[in-house]
Amino acid sequence: MATIKVTRPKLTLLEKIYLPAVIKGLCITFMHAIRSMLGKTPGANENFNSSGLGVTMQYPEQKWDDQLPDYYRGVPALVTDEEQRERCVSCQLCEFICPPKAIAIIPDEIESDDPWAKVEKRPKEFDIDMTRCIYCGMCEEVCPEQAIYLRKDYAMTGLSREDMVNDKKRLYEIGGVRTGLVNKWNEIK
Amino acid sequence: MSDSTTTQLPKDRAAEKGMVNVQIDGHWIQVPRGTRMIEACKIAEKEVPHYCYHPKLSSPGNCRMCLVQMGMPARPAPGEEPTYGDDGYQEIGWMPRPVIACANTVGENMGIRTTGDLVEKCREGVMEFLLINHPLDCPICDQAGECRLQEFSVEHGKGESRFKEDKVKKPKNVKIGPRIRLDDERCIMCSRCIRFMDEVADDPVLGFSERGTHTTVGIYPGRELTNNYGLNTVDICPVGALTSNDFRFQMRTWFLKETDSIDTNCGTGANITIWTRGNKIFRITPRQNDEVNSCWIPDSHRLSYTCPTDDDRLTACLIKADGVHEETCWENALDAAADALKQYDANEIAVIASARQTNEELFMMRTLASELGSDRLAIVARAQTPDEMLVSSDKNPNTTGAKLILDDKNPADKMDAICESIRSGQIKAIVVASEDLTEAAQLTNEDLDNLELIVSLNTSASATAQASDIVFPGASSTEKRGSMINVAGRLQKLNAACIPPGDARVDWEAIRDLINALSGEPSNDTPQSIDQLSEIITKSFDVLNDYTLSKIPNSGVTVIETGVSIPLIDRETARKATGEIVG
Repeated sequence: MATIKVTRPKLTLLEKIYLPAVIKGLCITFMHAIRSMLGKTPGANENFNSSGLGVTMQYPEQKWDDQLPDYYRGVPALVTDEEQRERCVSCQLCEFICPPKAIAIIPDEIESDDPWAKVEKRPKEFDIDMTRCIYCGMCEEVCPEQAIYLRKDYAMTGLSREDMVNDKKRLYEIGGVRTGLVNKWNEIK
Repeated sequence: MSDSTTTQLPKDRAAEKGMVNVQIDGHWIQVPRGTRMIEACKIAEKEVPHYCYHPKLSSPGNCRMCLVQMGMPARPAPGEEPTYGDDGYQEIGWMPRPVIACANTVGENMGIRTTGDLVEKCREGVMEFLLINHPLDCPICDQAGECRLQEFSVEHGKGESRFKEDKVKKPKNVKIGPRIRLDDERCIMCSRCIRFMDEVADDPVLGFSERGTHTTVGIYPGRELTNNYGLNTVDICPVGALTSNDFRFQMRTWFLKETDSIDTNCGTGANITIWTRGNKIFRITPRQNDEVNSCWIPDSHRLSYTCPTDDDRLTACLIKADGVHEETCWENALDAAADALKQYDANEIAVIASARQTNEELFMMRTLASELGSDRLAIVARAQTPDEMLVSSDKNPNTTGAKLILDDKNPADKMDAICESIRSGQIKAIVVASEDLTEAAQLTNEDLDNLELIVSLNTSASATAQASDIVFPGASSTEKRGSMINVAGRLQKLNAACIPPGDARVDWEAIRDLINALSGEPSNDTPQSIDQLSEIITKSFDVLNDYTLSKIPNSGVTVIETGVSIPLIDRETARKATGEIVG
């Protein structure tokens, strides 16, 4: 192995006592303090929408939600179509694919007197355990009925483990409505 | 080729054994004369996709999925001698069109190609036609995951449909019987269900109506599919057209764990697969065993099973104090039972075992009786009307085993004497396992009240359990390992699909612990595991031929000649002999 000999650089006296470098650093900090008092830091412009106190955003008073991209992966939730019909048919593929096993579904049969009895199946219970969810988006990808989406909500909080389990009702509240063709409502099919 | 034996041609060598030579995908194999081409391919481990063919049913050849390419040697002209190649075979002249493998038999020097352009094009074409009117509702359909149509459309189908027209509408969600739902749009007209009901169940209520693309499977007007073997049509349906009300929309099949076991509802001991997820049983399906139940099982047996999640299951030991049962731990209950039993003379105690117990449990019951010094050890006989199919006249699954293990030609005979002694007050204490005496043994609740002490091992809160002074919670047949001998003398094994609920224990352990509590200190040869116990039993009974639990094959083994045969199997053997089915 080749050996590289490194020679120690020769320092001047000023460099040896470190004081000028310390003062230089303090000046930079002090300059930033004054600029942020005047509201002139880079983060204050409309792009970052910060408080003006540096680039720091004052969460939760200030949020960045409208900046989130469309592909943002937040809380997974169920969606209904325009007429409030459940898209989910409880095929349980999301339950199967979910890497941390956060999803638990109990299927149910749609009664024959229901106007949409032809769809036959819906979830009786649909629970997503948010203490387990890793926001990977596999459930959205695997869903054959486009019924589950990762929404832009990210601030899931709860005081107990039970609070952190989203049941079917809550999932539809978060999910809201999605438009677009879903074949199972199609009369011809 | 100087060797004298090689002057014989392969065809002659095969003919001596009643075989023929068949070339399958380039390899020559010998198969028995008269074998169907599809079975020959199975022997050669080449898969031929099929829907309508079922070895236990006749072969109408109507799905056309099993098309393969076939070839035979050219027929020699008059006076011409056939010529043989270096390998001793004639040259195969391949036919330009395919044949169905399920309804044709093999011939000498025949060639079969299960792959290749022609065969693959055929499969692709057949799949496309089958999928024309098939609804793409796999996310809803219960069959998804075990659907042949799904599997073969992945392997042989096109990615998308070229069919732009409207699909034919047919009846959906038709209740054709109390246990079965029919979806005609999913049906691919394989006619397996029709043939099963006609040929095996002998109750031809299903049939085709309409023609061409409108062909529909339906039930005869005014009839219902109430036959006790109806649910077998659900098993053999290759698609999701027939679904069981019991399992419908309960769970996707890919979540379920399969455990091979046997049915304990009657003496036939039909082989079953138990499908569980977690500790819950979702369904029971028949498992093929050509000596016991073929591929079928009666609905009454399929739908009656005990699940650990059932409401009436016992989950803790109970001791009765002032007429009320109180939960306690095993140690307390065992000590209480031992102390109470010691208060009585040996001739005041009866031990009632059950032919619903496994051989291992019966052996422990026998040990318990000898520990108590009692010679009053009996089982409860349970008879029913046989159906000349699979339902035996014996409702107990292990009567043959009880006769062997208890070393008694008819252990049920003593039961009458025991009942009599209970009524007369001569017997003051009984130990009863896996039996409800009020249900099966002509004892009334008053008779049970006569007794001073009842110690029982039960799975559910039966009348006997309620009358008992000490109750031990036991395991049901789906929760334990063990062996049983069916009416025909076949030794078969049970496997545990679930774990017993709560504090409940596997029965043999509970009985062993009671014996230990009675004897004060366990002896060295007390079995510590079921395998150890099984070894002790096989050593004690020569008939069992060293078949310990781990050595019993999955399909069981005949150990005793009882002279009893299973009517359905007899009929199947007869049909096989006539060549009607492959078997």
